[in-house]
Amino acid sequence: MNGDTPAPPLRYALEGHSLVKTFGSFRAVDGVDIAVPAGSIYGVLGPNGAGKTTLLRTLLGIIDPDEGVRSLLGDAAPLRMARQVGYLPEERGLYPSMKAFEAIAFMGALRGLPLKQGRERARAMLEGHGMGGAIDKPIRQLSKGMAQTVQLFGTIIHEPRLIVLDEPFSGLDAINQEKLEALIREQARRGVTILFSTHVIAHAERLCERIAIVAGGRIRFEGTVADARDRLRPQVRLRTKASDGAWRRALPADTVVEDGAWHFALPDDGIEPLLHALLRGHAGIESLSIERPGLHDAFVAIAGEATARQMEEAQAREQDA
Amino acid sequence: MREMLRAALVIARRDFTAVVLSRTFILFLLGPLLPILIGMAFGGLGEKISSTDLRPMVGIAMPASETARLERAHQRLTERMGDQALVRLRRVPLTPAPREQLARADSAVVAILSGSVAHPILTGKPDDLDKMQGDLSLIASAAQAEHTLRLVQVERQEVATSLGAQAQARLLIGRVAQVVMFFLTILLAGMILSNLVEEKTNKIIEILAAAVPIDAIFLGKLMAMLAMSFVGIAFWGGTAFAIFLALHGSASGLPAPAVGWPIFLILAVLYFAMAYTLLGSLFLGIGAQAATVREVQTLNMPVTMGQMLIFFFASYAVDHMGSPAEVAATIFPFSSPFAMIARAAQDDVLWPHLLALLWQAAFVALIIRVGVLLFRRHVMQSGGRWWKNLFRNTTG
Repeated sequence: MNGDTPAPPLRYALEGHSLVKTFGSFRAVDGVDIAVPAGSIYGVLGPNGAGKTTLLRTLLGIIDPDEGVRSLLGDAAPLRMARQVGYLPEERGLYPSMKAFEAIAFMGALRGLPLKQGRERARAMLEGHGMGGAIDKPIRQLSKGMAQTVQLFGTIIHEPRLIVLDEPFSGLDAINQEKLEALIREQARRGVTILFSTHVIAHAERLCERIAIVAGGRIRFEGTVADARDRLRPQVRLRTKASDGAWRRALPADTVVEDGAWHFALPDDGIEPLLHALLRGHAGIESLSIERPGLHDAFVAIAGEATARQMEEAQAREQDA
Repeated sequence: MREMLRAALVIARRDFTAVVLSRTFILFLLGPLLPILIGMAFGGLGEKISSTDLRPMVGIAMPASETARLERAHQRLTERMGDQALVRLRRVPLTPAPREQLARADSAVVAILSGSVAHPILTGKPDDLDKMQGDLSLIASAAQAEHTLRLVQVERQEVATSLGAQAQARLLIGRVAQVVMFFLTILLAGMILSNLVEEKTNKIIEILAAAVPIDAIFLGKLMAMLAMSFVGIAFWGGTAFAIFLALHGSASGLPAPAVGWPIFLILAVLYFAMAYTLLGSLFLGIGAQAATVREVQTLNMPVTMGQMLIFFFASYAVDHMGSPAEVAATIFPFSSPFAMIARAAQDDVLWPHLLALLWQAAFVALIIRVGVLLFRRHVMQSGGRWWKNLFRNTTG
């Protein structure tokens, strides 16, 4: 081995093992193990108060865990790697009197980007995203959406290797949510690792390669979105002409009737034995569909009905707001 | 360390420009000049007030010859002792009795001297009698010995310097330097109390804390406020010096401090920086715990009282060079800059200043560190007991 040997590529951009963080007697993070593969889009999914923000803050080194170890871009001291990280906190914050381009350059400067370069990039970024008119405006004069975009640009101005976004879609309208999704995909294409938290399952489903479902400070599931879905068997929806007959004995025990159709989980031995029974019994198949469960169904199954309802309510409240 | 300084400079630069480029900074600069301008505008009136003769007036109710003797004696003594040394005399009628004259509404005298030069009787309130009895005894004695009293002529021998006078002048320089430093510190360091409230109320603190060590945030804020103070001091000092030159022509007549003016001024700047950063780091640490501006305002009073105590301590020490109190004032970090500048005015030995500056700088670092750990513990709710992390790395 000599000094010129390149370092092996990083497997995980972020790792945490047995992380515990308590506030008084409340365990906000309760023995979490997490590993975010380098170059992936990773979602931390959970309702408000699940411990997502505390987990992200602990991984980033903003707060120290009470127990456990963490590693950010291969370094056990996260702030040492701060120059290579971009972070958008849940509670957005900018200096109200700062001009938009200065605010972006300042955030870059905090992460080691020279101010001159930061200003040039900030101007180009704002102009490139149709916000040229906001360049010299103080933050206090910008709309909430624009200010959030400015902060997002400040998060990526220094071209970080890892971007951590805490509830990035919160407070954005549909158009800006779409823009943000595009931006996340663009960064991921450049090889940047993206970790974001959300309580909106749809965002995670559309964007993430891997997800962690968090509830009560614990990770209830960790894996790909497909893995999460695979936790549930596909759902069969069958409509027959006949309503009764010997063929009914072939229907699984969990079968229920909804809107005049039979509903049941796909049996372990597949659909073929049931089809044979239906044909033999002259049930008269009107329609038969096998639906792969969505992430939402998987989430309900993993985190529980109550947690899922909590998330839906939070999302509804946000939309109302 | 290098990275922390870089980050501190980024924060300092932001804070400095935010303050200096704001409109309110002009008011900040002009504020302290207002008393000077008002003072100059009303200077004539002030002079008039200060020249008004406030010496007590004593009525003389004696026969004309006796009164004339007293007046001549008063005149002779005033020539020797100066205008303000003795009570003033005024003739009053022999009747009615002094007691009745003093009771009249139009009475212009404080007390009345009656009887004769040999046996004068002073009538007045006990306090006034206590104050004026000695003066009148001297005047009456001089009047009685009018023809025999010969005032001795003192021969003059002039010298260029007098160590006693020099010591007095240096003591005065030390005192003035202390007062100026104290007022600048109390005016400027108090602003640091509310310095982190903006970041906390605008939720910026998390962005800063995720990017740089909190030590760098604290240090950067102190650096910015110190730089802003220097801008203010340069402006006020320059204006005051210009006014001084306009009034007096040159500064050559000023007595010199023990270490000489150039070193004294350098030390004054350094000690101000230390006094400012010592108190500033303490205020920043205290203010960082406050969640709202209202909480900061509540903290202002006890903090100002603390500053006053420190000043009184240092100011007591200035008169007692080398005493245990003075040594204690130079060692106690918060009074040390004030005590040491007074020492620079009176003692020309330089090495204690180097030692004191290092000592004070060490305390600045220590106070910042404790403030940071308390901030992490109580505001960020992170980290264990602060004393356990005092000398640990801050990189998360």
